[in-house]
Amino acid sequence: MSSHVYRPLFVVLAVIALILLARSFVVPPDFGIGERGFMYGFHRKSNEKEWEAFKVKFKTRQYCKDCHPEKYENIMSSKHRIIQCENCHGVAIDHPENPPKLVINKERSLCLRCHSYLPYPTSQRGKLKGIDPEKHNPEMQCVMCHNPHKPDMEGW
Amino acid sequence: MRQSRREFLKTVARGTIASALPLSAFKFLSPAEVRAATEVGKGDVRWGFLVDTYKCVGCGFCVKACKLENEVPYDTPVTRTWVERYVVLKNGRVLADTPDGARDGFIDPKVQEEEIKPEEISKAFFVPKLCNQCENPPCVQVCPVGATYQRADGVVLVDRSWCIGCGYCIMACPYGVRFFHPVYKVAEKCTFCIHRLVKGMNTACVDACPFGARKVGNLKDPNDPVTKVILTRRVAVLKPEYGTKPQVFYIGLDENVR
Repeated sequence: MSSHVYRPLFVVLAVIALILLARSFVVPPDFGIGERGFMYGFHRKSNEKEWEAFKVKFKTRQYCKDCHPEKYENIMSSKHRIIQCENCHGVAIDHPENPPKLVINKERSLCLRCHSYLPYPTSQRGKLKGIDPEKHNPEMQCVMCHNPHKPDMEGW
Repeated sequence: MRQSRREFLKTVARGTIASALPLSAFKFLSPAEVRAATEVGKGDVRWGFLVDTYKCVGCGFCVKACKLENEVPYDTPVTRTWVERYVVLKNGRVLADTPDGARDGFIDPKVQEEEIKPEEISKAFFVPKLCNQCENPPCVQVCPVGATYQRADGVVLVDRSWCIGCGYCIMACPYGVRFFHPVYKVAEKCTFCIHRLVKGMNTACVDACPFGARKVGNLKDPNDPVTKVILTRRVAVLKPEYGTKPQVFYIGLDENVR
């Protein structure tokens, strides 16, 4: 066969070589088939470590109890012991470095998440003590009368 | 056709041996199957989730904690996990809603602006939802660039530096748990808080739940309290008909939950 047939073939081969060369630079070396096979595991392996290194911000009460033992004991002896400190006080992140002060959420709507009465007999919600937020001292903060760390007792 | 005695005997012998072979000798194994069979001991963790819908009161602390923990923009209408409210009336009507994904809980007795009389309610309950970390994740199959994948422990993740934001996976998920991240402009989903699980912690939603309605556990450990419940109690999964094999199990799931 004459050269005018081969010439385009060389061009095609050159393009393929170029693509393969570019691919070796663009695709990370740890890209491959993971433990879940080609269909579910085709990925860049180091991304798993990147996700695992994500910062923990919600530290749970285990983080609070060493510096605030009296508050911890206080809440743990009340019915509200099931609620994490950070649900009302805000996420700790690196407290006391960052943020140096946590802002307590004293809004009515925070308490109403559980204590706005909903008449749901087949859900735990119907068994919680609740109020009608439109009738029970509207516009007032719950913490004016109720101590969230001592919910059994009225007032402070 | 002419055949020598030698050739005939050879063919008969070959045929007899071939017919004696079991069919399994001709089965092609996938690389994953071979690896699973040979590398014994590897991969002894499979994360799963247990939701008790009887315990959930719809406070939404899980949603709030998830958004803050995982840096999901707080005031945008996207969330990795959410809580749905179902109110089934005595006349058979089903009302459902999830205002802001229940980030601020359920305070209003009205469902979608509709006043409901307590005596009309037949049953009402809350259903927390999150990524099912399916054994056959359809969202992973459709990714054209290999940006989303499943780890050995079953958690499906998105590689933010590799995702091109085409949105196929968002459409492929039958549970609607994926969304477009407004800041990173890539597909976003629940990671089962893998950064917490590898440190021996619980997921943020599990920690934030005051009522123990959410639990996470290792399904490959028969002594794990979550696994024990799944093995011994009656649990259900969402949309089993899709064949995705979800790994989030529900206690008290209702037929009206979609």
